[in-house]
Order: sequence, then structure tokens, then C-alpha cells
Amino acid sequence: MTTPSSIFSAKLVVPAIGDAFRKLDPRELVKNPVLFTTAVVASLLTVLLVIGGEPLPLGFQMQLIVWLWLTVLFGTFAEALAEGRGRAQAASLRAAKSELTARLPDGRMVPASRLKRGDIVVVETGDLIPADGEVIEGVASVNEAAITGESAPVIREAGGDRSAVTAGTRVISDSIRVRVTQEPGQGFLDRMIALVEGAERQKTPNEIALTILLVGLTIIFLIAVGTIPAFAHYAGGMIPVAILAALLITLIPTTIAALLSAIGIAGMDRLVRFNVLAKSGRAVEAAGDVDVLLLDKTGTITVGDRQASEFRPVPGVSVNALAEAALLASLADETPEGRSIVVLARDKFGVTRVALPEGAEVIPFTAQTRLSGLKSPLGIVQKGAVDAVLRANPAAPVASELRRMAEEIARSGQTPLAVAQDGRLLGVVALKDVIKAGVRERFAQLRRMGIRTVMITGDNPLTAASIAAEAGVDDFLAEATPEDKLALIRKEQQGGRLVAMCGDGTNDAPALAQADVGVAMNTGTQAAREAGNMVDLDSDPTKLIEIVGLGKQLLMTRGALTTFSVANDVAKYFAIIPAMFVALYPGLGVLNVMRLSSPESAILSAIIFNALIIPALVPLALKGVTYRPMAAGPLLARNLAVYGLGGLVAPFVGIKLIDLAVAGLHFA
Amino acid sequence: MTVQGWTLILLYTALVVVLAKPMGMWLFALYEGRETPLHRVLGPVERGFYRLAGIDPNAEQGWRRYALHMLLFQLVVLLFTYAVLRLQAVLPLNPRGLAAIGADGAMNTAISFTTNTNWQWYSGEVALSNFSQMVGLVIHNFLSAATGIAIAFALFRGFARREAGTLGNFWADCTRVTLYLLLPLCVIYALFLVASGVPQTLASTIDATTLEGVKQTIAVGPVASQEAIKMLGTNGGGFFNANSAHPFENPTALVNFVQMLSIFALGAGLTWCFGKAVGNTRQGWAILAAMMVLFLAGAGVTYWQEASGNPVLHHFGVAGGNMEGKEVRFGVAASALFSVVTTAASCGAVNAMHDSFTALGGMIPLLNIQLGEVVVGGVGAGIYGFLLFAMLAVFVAGLMVGRTPEYVGKKIEARDVKLAVLAIAVLPLCILGLTALSAVLPDGLAGPLNKGPHGFSEILYAFSSGTGNNGSAFAGLTAGTPFYNGLLSVAMWIGRFFMIVPVLAIAGNLAAKKYTPETAGSFPTTGPLWVGLLIAVILIVGGLTFLPSLALGPIADHLAMVSGQLF
Repeated sequence: MTTPSSIFSAKLVVPAIGDAFRKLDPRELVKNPVLFTTAVVASLLTVLLVIGGEPLPLGFQMQLIVWLWLTVLFGTFAEALAEGRGRAQAASLRAAKSELTARLPDGRMVPASRLKRGDIVVVETGDLIPADGEVIEGVASVNEAAITGESAPVIREAGGDRSAVTAGTRVISDSIRVRVTQEPGQGFLDRMIALVEGAERQKTPNEIALTILLVGLTIIFLIAVGTIPAFAHYAGGMIPVAILAALLITLIPTTIAALLSAIGIAGMDRLVRFNVLAKSGRAVEAAGDVDVLLLDKTGTITVGDRQASEFRPVPGVSVNALAEAALLASLADETPEGRSIVVLARDKFGVTRVALPEGAEVIPFTAQTRLSGLKSPLGIVQKGAVDAVLRANPAAPVASELRRMAEEIARSGQTPLAVAQDGRLLGVVALKDVIKAGVRERFAQLRRMGIRTVMITGDNPLTAASIAAEAGVDDFLAEATPEDKLALIRKEQQGGRLVAMCGDGTNDAPALAQADVGVAMNTGTQAAREAGNMVDLDSDPTKLIEIVGLGKQLLMTRGALTTFSVANDVAKYFAIIPAMFVALYPGLGVLNVMRLSSPESAILSAIIFNALIIPALVPLALKGVTYRPMAAGPLLARNLAVYGLGGLVAPFVGIKLIDLAVAGLHFA
Repeated sequence: MTVQGWTLILLYTALVVVLAKPMGMWLFALYEGRETPLHRVLGPVERGFYRLAGIDPNAEQGWRRYALHMLLFQLVVLLFTYAVLRLQAVLPLNPRGLAAIGADGAMNTAISFTTNTNWQWYSGEVALSNFSQMVGLVIHNFLSAATGIAIAFALFRGFARREAGTLGNFWADCTRVTLYLLLPLCVIYALFLVASGVPQTLASTIDATTLEGVKQTIAVGPVASQEAIKMLGTNGGGFFNANSAHPFENPTALVNFVQMLSIFALGAGLTWCFGKAVGNTRQGWAILAAMMVLFLAGAGVTYWQEASGNPVLHHFGVAGGNMEGKEVRFGVAASALFSVVTTAASCGAVNAMHDSFTALGGMIPLLNIQLGEVVVGGVGAGIYGFLLFAMLAVFVAGLMVGRTPEYVGKKIEARDVKLAVLAIAVLPLCILGLTALSAVLPDGLAGPLNKGPHGFSEILYAFSSGTGNNGSAFAGLTAGTPFYNGLLSVAMWIGRFFMIVPVLAIAGNLAAKKYTPETAGSFPTTGPLWVGLLIAVILIVGGLTFLPSLALGPIADHLAMVSGQLF
């Protein structure tokens, strides 16, 4: 994907300027009531300027009108810029999609746009997959760089949890048959393009509520300003419409209203850059609200593979004998567990054998026997699940002792493997889950943020409890079936908590759909990808934590700029009220605490500040406020200090500086 | 300012805080519908009422039904009072043979008492018979207070209940509050007043001969019984025109102090009751803390201004504080404090004439009302008004912790924001809109006694007082005209019920929501930070709207006074 490095690169800014004007279309503008009000007021003043009659200097009026229109344009520009960034990404996606053709089983070639759900297509080496679908026959390695940016190919095969393929990705070896699962125009790529472009953007619940608040404030300030002429009339004076307009526009929350949709678009955009696709803005907001994270143990909390940590012989067998046998049994075992047994035996117990003995025959692991080993002139060695090894050697003595040791190992959070040689039980190898570096700290951090972590694992409760304690998660679900997961999510939701989880298999689909934030792995099945409300293109389950962070950042940015915008009003009142009323009651000049040079200059400075603050805050709106994971109390204190107090003070300084410039340049 | 004056203010504040918990516990028992020791005596009365009216007190009502029953009840008692006033001439207990009240005046008074405003365009001792006072007006003092508390209870239930469709039963709430709280307290209170010298008689006048031999007719009546509920229920409608400045209403310094305490007692108790209802009393204390900070700031300013006096008069050698319009018995501090208390709550009783305060000293009572009387506020009305601001504060700043805004376990969403904004916007619309109307129409301009900004303040104060259901007057304004009677009736009605109905709708909406458990990531609504935020939002959203009008009224008035011009 193309990633524009600078927010204000010319490639984005120039088209955004054009779009800013196009967005002045009243039908478009009315969706943003505050900006619409500003535009109406600006139009009114423009008309008044033409017909004349305002008792104000012409130059002053014209400047006022220019700044009012600029206020509207800065607002539409902010939105256009945010959309432009998304569109740049969409363009590269669209390129991948445009010239797709499909090969039907009978060999005919048809444009991909004609494919319907249920059609079967054949994709061969070098072909682009024409539509989203499911592999129904064959195995292929597929390069998904077009959507994930990751060039290492992935395996897609019929059956199982890796059967989903995406339009626009390329088969680089072998041939597969794919059943199309989407109607044309509704595929993954289509939705992704629509999303990053913001074309299908709907206001999220939170944005709607905020817009209502902004409209409410606008109405309240309309009342406050609209009654002033009557009050002035009582005092024996008259306030020019242009000045009332200036007060109104500076008081209504133009800043946040102008930036609101840009914040939303940019929030989605940040997620896309992070290679996560949210199917709606609602899902991103929900991510900020999450109270409980369900994390799969493997891959998220522990590194995927277990490692041998200990040899424990039964009484009467030496450790070295056990190590030797375990190594023999694992020499042909290419799994990470098997290799870790070899490494442990060699490094800790000095077992020197490196090659298979002459005439050895490998006993492969099968799902039925659940053990593997080696048959050689040195004898038969077996290793495997404790039950399986005991079953294979029913006559062996010390079985109960071995069973006891195995249980002890399980209780300590490790997995026991029994080792037998020629029908004799030698002992147990302990396989240990390796907790990922740094997860403990991250869970502690989440806890401070008020988020509970629950580890999901297929392990037995003993093992699970021990790993949970070591990793520092708050809770765990052992021997978890998909039904258990679903039940857990429902239970948490019943208690009013929002739950996030990730999953990839078809059997994860119900839980993904039930969760408030369900992140499907891109490598997962089509069913899982349909059920979740986000898709992680990198298929990295640890990203769930970052997704929560991005959701929070989006909400924080909105809150920070709203607070800033509302706090700004204090200074604006102190700029305009004395300027407006000083002719009626000269004493009111003392309210001019900023010592602005003249009433005209005060009004102009306030309106200029009000306009310029919008582009000044665009980078913040697009990048989002700095997010630090911490508890709500300190977070609020920090943000209130920066955006609340800052919002009070900044306009006093800003308006004063602008006034110095306006007066210095003799603009008023 | 004197040490004595400040001691009075601080001692008063401390006692209000001390009263909050015991009053809150009492209220909470009624909120929960629990048995109190009084049930043994009054229980049969309560059940008798229900049987008589055919009401099942346990029948839960959704917000619409609760609101509808409340409104119907208000309408019936309103028409009853209207009838009593219109028929005064033929009704009993009218030994002076007072005439009936005119249509616009009777409607104004009926609305005024129904809405807990108790704005009085008339002089009670001159215009009303004892029957009108006791039967026509005093029932409202009880019922409007009980209604306010019932609405607050319904809102509390909205926050406290989870996925519920109902808010309680209006009739049960109203009956219990009246029977187990207001009536018993008022009996004791009235006895204390009688003991302190407040008249309580069915006679209406006493003839006396003064030392100079002049014959004087002194109005008396059932004053003590009206006085008790007037304060406790933040009604404020005096038996006499001079209200609590009259020695028969407010005879001693102790009575004056107790009157002030009784204005805040139930309002402060409701903050504690709210905390208890939502399962965390610290929530209630945080609200009371914010209220007390705003209160002390206001009391400080008014006391400082009144104690500083009028520089123009100082010029003529009149030293000391501003004593115009004040009872010498009470002096500057007790008068300033009373004025801030009565306007912070929506009481409206006065022991000094606010019109005669210095410009800024009088601005604080005005601002108190304009903020929505959320500094303790009217019984019930104060806390539900305050909770609207709390919801707004949570919504504006709550996003800054990176979560959808929540307050006491309830998410604040689009519909809640819409209703809260609606309820809050009613205040400026009514106050500023009607003031603007009066500031341009000849009928309106005929009202104010004074010229210039002070006259403007008089109009502004009247509509603030009416909309805010306060009822205190900035005097000076000749309000007994059809124009003002009519417009103020509109203001009082809108100010009360255009707020209550959205509040009940919010309560219904909140009750239906799930409870979101508090975590370390939840927006903290108990600490000093929250208190500060609440104050900021109340001042910025509630206060700044009125800055233009205040600038043209009291602020211009003050600045003129400083430069030597009086109005």
C-alpha cells in the first residue's frame, strides 16, 4: 500500500483544496449543522454587504466575510484531506482489482465481475484469484501482498481452517478450485476500498451523540446572540448584524464540528495502516470500550511451541538413561518439541549422538497412537502422551509412579511426555510453555487501564492455571471448546462488559459474531472472516491489544478537541462582548482584559483565531492525540490539563497576538 | 467584611454538609419505600389514601405513565387553586371580606404555586384571605415539593435500575414524601416558629393602639404553618409581602439561621440519597462538594460587595456596607447569605430586597438562578438539574479517557444527550427570549421602576426567577399587570415542566440500559478533578450564555456606580 508520509504533502493537499470547495454544496454541508450554520451566516453577511446598510467600514465587513467563508472552507478541507489519504490507499487496491479474469472449469475465460456466488473457478500458477471464495480442491501457495503488504506466500488448502482466498491475490504454485462466496461488488476488496475511501462512511453512535451536543450548543448560543439586539435596544443602541454574526460564529463549536469527521476517517485510516480492517466505525469505537480481552494462549501469550525443560526418571532409572532414550526417540522428530528434547539432552546431559543409528526405522506419530519413536538395533524407544505410552506398554511396572509424576508436572503448568524403551517405562519429559517476553508487563498495563485479560486454552485446568499465573492474566478458560468461548462471552456481556476476541477457525465464528470486537485472522476461514467485525491482515493475535489502543485514541481525540473547542469560548466572549457593548456603556471597556487595540480589531482577531485554529489542529485530528496506556484518573488529569486548561488559555494568547498583527498592519 | 460575617457563612456551610447525611438517609428510606418508625403511626393514613383514590402503590410505572400521572395531578391542583382564588369572596375564613382575584392574577398565582415558584405579584396580607392562603396555596407548598422529590427519585431509579422498564409509582412517591417527611418535619418546625414568636391564628387582624394613640390594624394569620413548608420545600411564597424580612415571619436571628438551613436541608440530603441509590455515596458527596464550592464563591462575592457598600454614598459620608433594603436586625452578612441561599436553591424567600443590593451583590442571586438553580437547588429540582449538567460534563470530557462516556454505570448516548440539551436549553430560551420581548414592547418597558441597566436587571431578574421557579423578586418591577402576569406564567410553566418531562424521559431511557461495571478505565466521577470539571461545565455552558445580558445589566450598573452614576 502506498503510505503518504506527510499529512501535508502536495499530492494530497492540492486535490483536497478542490474537494473543499465541492463540499460547499448545501446538500453536502447540511450534514454538518455547525458548519452549515456558519455558511448560512456568511451568505447572509455577503448579501448584506451587497445591498449595503450596515453601519460598518466596508473593509472591515469584507475581511469579516472572508474569514467566515474561510472557517467553512477549513472545515470542508479537513474532511477532504482525511478522505484523500484514504483514497490514495484505495487507488492501489483498485489497481489490483481492475483487470481480474476468471477461468471456469470448462476452460472458458470470463471477466471476474460476472462471477456469482456459488460459481466454481480454477486458478493456476501465476493467476490472480478472481473473487473471494473458498478452496474446494487442492493446495496452493498464495501471495497476498496486494492486501496485506506481506510478500511471503501463505498456504491455502481445501478443508480445514485455511481455505479462504481473497480476490486480487496471486497463486504462485500449484492449482486450486475455488467456490465463489461473494456476489460481485461485495467482495472483501470492494468493501476494503469503500472503507478506506470513506465512501460508505456512516456516523458512528458516538459521533451522532456528539453532533447532537454540538447542535444543542449552537441553538443555545443562537438564543444568547439572537436576544442581544433587543437588549441593546433597551440600552438605547443598535448592534450591527455583522458583529452579532461574528459573536455567534466564534461561540458555536466550529472547531470540533469542522474536525469531527476528519477524526473519524483518520481513526479508521490508522487501523488500516496497522493492517487491520474494521467493517464499521462502530467496531473501532467498541474497541475503545472493551472491558475484557479473550486471548488465545498459543501465539499470544506463549510462543507457539513448547520446549523440553526437564527429564524425570522413574526410580531405578538414571537421568542419563532417560535422556539418551528420549533423544533417540526424538532424533527423527522434526517438530519444535522434538528438537527441543534433542537440544536439552545434548546440552544438559552430554548425550552425544547426532545421527540415526544404522538400520533405524521411524515410528511416525499418528492421531490414533499419539506416540512416536524409533525402532533400531538399539531397541524400540517410544515417546508420547502418558496415556498412550501406558496403553502401548500395558505390562510395564511403575505405571502408577509414572502417572503420579506426570500429574505433578501437569500441575506445574507443563506438559508431560512419557518415554518407554523395550516395554520398560523410563520416565517423563516435561515440556514447558514459553511465555512471550514482555506479556506480563502488558497485562499489568491493561489491568491498570481497567481491562481484564482472559486466557483461552485447550490445556487442562492445572496447566492452564499455572501458565495463567506465570503470564499474569486475570483469568483463564481451560479445555475451551468453541461453545465454552461463546458462553463466556455471553456471561461477560450479561454483566455489562464489552468483550474483544480473535479467532480464525470456522468453529470460532459464533463467538466472533457474539463478541463486541471480533478480530478474524486473515488466514482463517471465510466463515470466521464474515463473522468478525474486524479482519487482521497480518493474522497476528497479539494485535488485539493495539486495536483497543487505537479505539481509545480515536475517542480521546474526539473528546480532547471537543473540550478544547468549548473551553475556547471564554476568551472569545472576553474579546467580543466589550467590543460589542462599549458604545452602549463605555464602562464595559474594563472587560477588555486582553487590552485589544480597538473594537473592530478585537472582533476581527477573534474570528481569525476561530478560523485559523481549524487548520492548526488538522494534524492533531489526523494523527490522533498521544495515547498512553494508563488508568482513567491520571489520563483525565493529563488531558484536562492539556486540552481543558490549554483550551482556556490558548485563545487569550492567540487572539492577543492576532490583534497585534491586525493593528500593526492597519487592517482594523 | 467582618470575622463574624465569615464565621456565619462558614458555620452555615458546615452545618449544611453535616445535615446532608441524616436527611439523605431519611430520603433514601422513602426512595426505597422502606418502613420507617413513622409508618406505625401514619401507615394506616397512607393506605387509607391509596384505598380512597383506588391506587396500587406497588404498580410500577414507565416514564410516560409516570409523567402523565404527574402532569394530570398538577393540572387538577392548579385548577383547584385557580377556583379558590376566583371564588375567594364567597369562600369561608374571609372576615375582611376580600374580593376575588382577577383572572390573569389568579392564573399567575395558581401556576406560580403549582410550579414551586411562588412568585407573588400581590401582597399576601392585603389580597388573600386565610382560606386562600391555607387551602389554595399551602397545599402546593407541600405537593410541589413532593413532586420535585418524586421526579428526583424517578431519575435516581433511572441511574440505579438495570434493564428495567419502570421508574416507580408517582402517587406512592408523592404520598410518602409528603406524609413521612414534609408533614412531620413541618409540625415540629412550625412549633419551633410559634415558640419563637411567629403568629399562628385563624384571626386575620389585630387592632392595636400605638404609644402616640394611633389605632393600627396589624395583619396576622396562620403564619407559622405556612412558614415551615415555605422554607423546607424551597417554595418561598411568604404570608406577608415583606416575606422573611417581616418580623412575624422571621422574628429572631436564630429563626433566620434555621430558615436558611431548612432551605438547603432537603436539597443537600438528596445528593447523599443519590449517592446511596447508585451504590456509592462518594458520588453524592462529589456533587455536594461542587455545589458548596459554587455556593461559597457566590456568597463570598455578594458579602464582599455588600460589605464594601456604595462608593457614591461613601462620597457623601455614609460609611460602611450597603444597608439599603436590609433589615437592621440581620445586617449585611446575614442578608447577603440569605439572598445567595434562597437563589441557589429555588426558594425565593427573601429577608432583604435584592433590588437594593449593589450591582454585583445582586448579580450573584441572578446568576445563581440562571445557572439553573443547581447549587443545592430546589427540592428535587436542584439535583435533577445538576445531574443534567453532570451528564453533559461526562459527555464533553468523558471521551478523553478513551471510552464511551459513562456516568454511575450508565452509558450516556445520543438520546440522553438530546434530552439533556433540550432540558438545559429551555432556560436560556425562556429567560433571554422573554426578557428580550419585554425589553422592546411598550407593556414590558412600563414595568421597571428604575432607568438604565438597573431597570434592565429588574426585567431580567423577573424572567430568570420565573423560569427558574425561584419566585424571589428584584422588586422594583411592577409585575402585577396582565402583560407580566401572562408572560411570567408562561415562563414558570415552561421552566418547570419542559424540564421535568425530558428529565423523566432520560430516566426512562437510563433505566432500560445495561449497567456498565466501573473499572480502572472508567471515567472517575468522585474525585476533586471531577468536582472541578463539573464547576467548569456549569459555569461555561450554564453561565456564559447569560454573559451578554449580565454585561448590559448588573455589570454595566456596577461600572457606572464605580464611576459615580446611579440608576
